[in-house]
Parts: sequence; structure tokens; C-alpha cells
Amino acid sequence: MPDYTSDEIMTVVAARQLANGCVCFVGIGLPSAAANLARLTHAPDIVLIYESGTIGSRPEVLPLSIGDGELAETALTVVSVPEMFRYWLQGGRIDVGFLAAAQLDRFGNINTTMVGDDYAHPKVRLPGAGGASEIATSAGEVFVMLRQSARAFVAKLDFTTSIGYAEGGDSRARFGIPGKGPTRVITDLGILTPDPRSRELTLTGIHPGVTVDQVRAATGWALRVADTLEITKPPTAAELSSLRDLHARTKRAHGEVAA
Amino acid sequence: MAKLTSLADAVATQIHDGDTIAMEGFTHLIPVAAGHEVIRQKKRDLTVIRMTPDLVYDQLIGMGCVKKLIFSWGGNPGVGSLHRFRDAIENGWPHPIEFEEHGHAAMASAYAAGASGLPFAVLRGYLGSDLPKHNLNIRTIECPFTGEILAAVPAIRPDVAVIHAQKADRAGNVLLWGIVGVQKEAVLAAKRSIVTVEEIVDDLGAPPNAVVLPSWVVGSVCCVPRGAAPSYAHGYYARDNAFYKRWDGIARDRESFGAWMRCNVIETGNFDEYEARIRAHADA
Repeated sequence: MPDYTSDEIMTVVAARQLANGCVCFVGIGLPSAAANLARLTHAPDIVLIYESGTIGSRPEVLPLSIGDGELAETALTVVSVPEMFRYWLQGGRIDVGFLAAAQLDRFGNINTTMVGDDYAHPKVRLPGAGGASEIATSAGEVFVMLRQSARAFVAKLDFTTSIGYAEGGDSRARFGIPGKGPTRVITDLGILTPDPRSRELTLTGIHPGVTVDQVRAATGWALRVADTLEITKPPTAAELSSLRDLHARTKRAHGEVAA
Repeated sequence: MAKLTSLADAVATQIHDGDTIAMEGFTHLIPVAAGHEVIRQKKRDLTVIRMTPDLVYDQLIGMGCVKKLIFSWGGNPGVGSLHRFRDAIENGWPHPIEFEEHGHAAMASAYAAGASGLPFAVLRGYLGSDLPKHNLNIRTIECPFTGEILAAVPAIRPDVAVIHAQKADRAGNVLLWGIVGVQKEAVLAAKRSIVTVEEIVDDLGAPPNAVVLPSWVVGSVCCVPRGAAPSYAHGYYARDNAFYKRWDGIARDRESFGAWMRCNVIETGNFDEYEARIRAHADA
């Protein structure tokens, strides 16, 4: 048995994708944990931007919402929400948009709107787009992070909230989208990257101890697998302790008993 | 000029059944006390606008105040669903509501357009998204200079904007800081406004470039300490994240929601009494 959980390796591997000094527009939840782990380990100069308007946040604990006081108190500056979306995101100042998803398809298109076949009468109503529909198009590139399962990795989205590679190939370019799109998807089982021509997400990395059959079973389409599959380097002791300390501080701050 | 008044009086005189109201706040400075007063006064058929409808909008919806919701992200941040919002959309409870859905970029721009006196906002938005297929208020416009096709959405022009801020002075000038969201735009876009504040001071002490709403653009100013709780007021009190988590259990079920609202909102006369009840429950 490894000495880390599948969520921990997902977070550590996602954090490693973020280069020191990059400007990252951070989605709440899993991406926020990974982006802050990057800042606390190999990327001390990363610039974390939250859609509430905080630029250069360095939170001591993870925020529960995208607008916790911690984000504003530790930021270089705080701007209004119209300024955030108009000058900073649409203005092209973001290197990486880091998103979560409820559903994802083989071309990295994302659904966070609803589950069901009738938009007006959904089976499950999800929160909606928030900033994601424009983060997906205006950020230089997009990283997506979510737990892999056949329920989330679907053959056909019920709703396209945020565009990935559309129908694949060069179909994204048709929309006149400035950003490159989802260049990697990090899950609890491995890493998927788009095929350079078809843009179909392909399993290119796998976490230690995970089998390809396991990944296929957790994917709702016939998953393409790279000829040479890279096996993820397991979390180092330093990465794990940084992450666990961060979660423990966060739990204490949010009024829970530390694990 | 702003009128310094009680919250009950401000809501009674400024908000009418059938109005379009924007009670804004982006996680921070959410006008919770004002939302409760709208519920206590049983306002009906409201069109409510909010980028991030959260607990207080869940309450307005569940208590039957809302005819239509215009929004861009409807969830309990970091916790999960807004159950009353979901129940209204999925099951039409307590009655079906209309909803008009956007993304944040478009709504923020639509508020700025409203404040600017323009009829619509333009943005590079919704590219490849399904939202324009379901929201006929998302349209396109060709740039007259480059030919680029851009998204256009109507300006937001509420009847009433309702916000919470840190301070006002005795003349009714308002100062807010921290995460300021779209509150300045919402007030300037609206015909009328209600601002609740943490305190009323002799001198705002606002530095140049601070977010200040001059008295002559503000309708009513009401002193309601802690009026944004369980959200927070930067410099005054922190976000009650534990309560946001507790809300998930309270609102999940129609009956427990109704009982909680009766006990804590309907049967209390004002926000002080509400807060006292909440504290008593938390200690119990």
C-alpha cells in the first residue's frame, strides 16, 4: 500500500504542472489546493488570481469560497469583479486557467451547468458557469483537475458550459478563441493530454499502482492510451507534508477538528 | 441625498412587490440582514439578480419571494448545492421560477454597462458555450472596426440595488473595501438603493481612490452591525465557514428549511434578534 491517498497524488501531480512565476487563475476546490501546494513547494513566485478580484493571493489556509477574507488579506491587490474579468482575464494577462469539472468529454469540453436532457427541467441542477466559460477561452492554456469516473468522463456532455477542443481537430479555432485550451487533465488515476492532431484526450501518464484497465473502466468512452506511458513519480515526503500541513491548518481554521 | 433610516423602513418604502432587485456581494459583504427583512415583509414576485446567489438567495427562493432569478453561479461555495435553488428549478417548489443564466464575465460587464448608462455590454465571451442557445439575451455584435464577432448582453438596470458596506458618515456617504465585487456598479446601475453598514462614523477617512458611494447616489443608509453574517465584513468579522457547511443540512429538506426560517427569521423582529437565536443554537 502506498503511503498517500489517490487525492493526494492527484493534487501533488497537478501542483507540479504549474511553473514557478506563472500567472494562474484558480478555480475553487481541487485546483485551489494544487495551486497553493505549488506555491508552498517548487513555485514560490507563482501569481494566484481568484475571480473575486484578488491578485497575488498567498493564503495561509485554503479558502472555502473564492472570496474568503484570507485571499484579500494576503493579496498584492484586490480589484473589482468587472475589472478582473475585463482587464485581467479578457485582457490576456493569465497564463494558466485552472478549472474543475462535473462532466468532461474526450475533447476536454466541460459541463458545470446541469445533468439531464432538458435544460429547463434538469435532473440535477449544478451551479453553472461562474467564470469558467471565459477562463476556458481567454487564459493562455487550461489545466483541468477532477476525479476520474465513468460518470464524470462521459461520451457526450449534457451541456457544454466551457469549451475545450469542441469536436476535435481544429474545430476550436473556428470560434476565434484566443487561448490554447485544455493542455492537460490531471486525475486521481493519471494524466491525459490532447493528441496533437485530433485533440482527443489521450492517457499519457499513469500514477504508480494504477492499471490501464482501471483507467479505461473509469472513462465513458473508448480511451486512447499513449504507446509509451509515463509512470508518475510518487509524492515526495516534502510534498506530502506540505499538503497535509495545509489541509490540517485549513480544517482548524474552518472550525473542524484536524485529522 | 441618502436617508439614514431603519432597515425595516428602507425595505418597506423602497422595495415593492414585482420589483427587480440586485442584492450583490461577491462572497464578501453579502446583504443578509436586508434579505431577511425582505422575507419578513413577505415581498412577492421579485426578479432577483445576483452573480453568485448564495444562502440568502436560497432563503428568498425557498420562502416564495422570487418570480425570476438572473445569475451566473448558484452554489454554496466550497460546500456544494443550494438546495432551495435546486428544488425550485428541478421540482418547481415552492412554485416554479423563471431563470436567466449567464457567466460571470457577462454579468460583470452588464452591471458596468448599467452604471455607464449604456443599453448593452460587449465582451469576448461565451465562445463555444451552450449558454447562448438557452438564453436569448445573449446575442452577438460585429465590431465596426475589426469585424470580430463579440457577445452582447443587455445592461443590468435594477429597480433597487441592495448592498452591505463597512462604513457610512452622517451625511450618508458610503465606504467599502476588500473584495468589492460589483457593488459600486450595482448601485450606480439601479434606480434606487439600500446600503446597510457596520457603523456610522463622523469621518469616513477614505483615502483617494477608495470605493466610495457619495450620499447623492445612495437612497437609504441603515446601520446594521454584522448585517453581512454569515458572510463577512473585512476588518470587522470573518466568514462563518462552519455555518455555510451547516446550511447544507438545514436547506436540504423542505421541512427543516421551513422550521429554521420560521424560528430564526420570521419570528425574529430584526437582525440582532436573529443573531442572538443563531448564537443560542450554536451553543446548544
